[in-house]
Amino acid sequence: MAADAGRFGRYGGRYVPETLMEALLELESAYMRVRSDTRFQEELDTYLSEYAGRATPLTWCGNLSRLWGCRVYLKREDLLHGGSHKLNNTLGQALLAKHMGKKRLIAETGAGQHGVATAIAGAVLGLPVEVYMGEADCQRQALNVFRMELLGAKVIPVHSGSRTLKDAVNEALRDWVANVRDTHYLLGSVVGPHPYPLMVRDLQSVIGRETRQQIMAKEGRLPDTILACVGGGSNAIGIFHPFLGDDVELIGVEAGGRGDGCGEHGATLCAGMPGVLHGTLSYLLQDDYGQVSPTHSIAAGLDYPGVGPEHSMLKDDGRVTYLSVTDREVLEAFALLSRQEGILPALESAHAVAAAVKVSERLERDDIMVVNLSGRGDKDVAEVAKMRGGEA
Amino acid sequence: MSRIAQVFEGRDTPAFIAFTVAGDPDPALSVRIGKALIDAGADILELGIPFTDPVADGPVIQRADERALSSGTTPDTVFEIVRELRSYSDLPIVLLTYYNIVCRRGIERFYQDMHDSGADGVVIADMPVEESAAVLGHSRRYGIDQIFLVAETTGEDRLQSILRHAGGFIYLVSLLGVTGARESVSGSVPDLVRHVRRYTDLPLAVGFGISQPEHVRALASAGADAAITGSAIVGIIEEHLDDEAVMMQDLREYVGAMCAAGNEGR
Repeated sequence: MAADAGRFGRYGGRYVPETLMEALLELESAYMRVRSDTRFQEELDTYLSEYAGRATPLTWCGNLSRLWGCRVYLKREDLLHGGSHKLNNTLGQALLAKHMGKKRLIAETGAGQHGVATAIAGAVLGLPVEVYMGEADCQRQALNVFRMELLGAKVIPVHSGSRTLKDAVNEALRDWVANVRDTHYLLGSVVGPHPYPLMVRDLQSVIGRETRQQIMAKEGRLPDTILACVGGGSNAIGIFHPFLGDDVELIGVEAGGRGDGCGEHGATLCAGMPGVLHGTLSYLLQDDYGQVSPTHSIAAGLDYPGVGPEHSMLKDDGRVTYLSVTDREVLEAFALLSRQEGILPALESAHAVAAAVKVSERLERDDIMVVNLSGRGDKDVAEVAKMRGGEA
Repeated sequence: MSRIAQVFEGRDTPAFIAFTVAGDPDPALSVRIGKALIDAGADILELGIPFTDPVADGPVIQRADERALSSGTTPDTVFEIVRELRSYSDLPIVLLTYYNIVCRRGIERFYQDMHDSGADGVVIADMPVEESAAVLGHSRRYGIDQIFLVAETTGEDRLQSILRHAGGFIYLVSLLGVTGARESVSGSVPDLVRHVRRYTDLPLAVGFGISQPEHVRALASAGADAAITGSAIVGIIEEHLDDEAVMMQDLREYVGAMCAAGNEGR
């Protein structure tokens, strides 16, 4: 039996309880079928364009370009239906689940964006949805809880562990073990056991393919630098992947939180070491004994101790540079983008903007920078107001 | 013959495998609990190494993991507990862990520590046979039985692959779900036992949800070689955290009743 199924270099694999193995094999073979099935891909494309609003714009940012002294573009995943890039993945997986005859979708969510996107896909495709969400995240993203419920999904608060995204994944896995025959686990990022990291990357790569066409049309050449935030890493791999073979600098931006101490950040690739969590071998924030470390980020979607296995490979290979920015820098970037360009970014996406501020210092006037604006920030307004001491 | 094999040698009633989380609620009391389970008649002791993210476990064992971690239990502590219990008894000791604990320690060091402390076998709850190549050489080298799980969802090809690599006993998962006491034994268990029995002489131990003497009787008539109980035992520990005497008394009575149900025979 192939031991290297679903590996990215040494990373990836399928480290799951026995009960789930056949479901993963079934999912893998079903996905491999539709991956090359033109009719399935056409159906998905129709949903993406007619329903979700693809292609999303590549927006020229005149004000930021003047301010930073380089040519700045934003890939506007915030304008996708639901308010983030997450719908690219959920529409694809929900369609697949329907083809597989599954009767129910479950999902985990951190900031709530993946939960909302799953609720949307479930509603339009007629599949009931249950979303696991850490109790702490339910509080700081109360608006998204209400949105999911309005969309007909059931939100189940998770009280165990750190009551954030990691624990929501644990509970979703436990649910899946118990209901594996009729339920599809709609995992929201490029993490988890094979085939998820591959499948979610494929579904999110539409971001990079569009970016490539759009920048060629506008500038006649590829960008010099692309930045994206990395929690699990789905929006980042989505925009990076079509550029991996090109001479384009790729920068992934992790959650630096409040500082370097254990439990103060979510900078897995910057500060972690390889380990196994949620079915995959990848970089992991953990202690000397292999216990998973607590994390913190101002952005609930980046508040996660693991990261996708392909990112771990890209880090080791040196193909992608990973760095982190602090909560404070993120709040400044949030304000900057709002005032300069009239765009409220999600706090997750504001990490990429915060790193762009720094990276722009070494770019020349004609250098082209693309920032993946993976989501919009309306969900974060109350949290930002609280962080700024009520001044907003 | 290994200590695990001796338990099943010439036996015609199901053995009782008692699970508890090592270090729950604290390392010292955990050793006393282990001794009580041994004294009460358990045939094999299964000790969980506490982990922050036990995805195969239900809430009762999750809370035990949290108590053990809060009281400072590390894998080092667990091997110390194994050492103490080994010096107390010759009963087989099996560890239950998650793969990251093994990885982080270093796979070879983990198996060497098992050997040196006197453990007999290990179950890695999130390591399917496909990912087991990295550990199998070490389990052979250090004489540790690598125990694999088989579920009702396990397909034919994978079952054969598991049986080629399995040692000790086969851990049959009685239900679709996580660990935790259930009202009754799933109706699919007799078929599962019959099916796996066709292909192996290894003992078949059934776990997940097994919590009452009548469950053990049901497993006996289904032809299982052992019953594994975890959450019900951990539940007794949790219920009497503030009264060790009552805890020990209840544990002894409970294990006694489960063993007696097994000894009634098929």
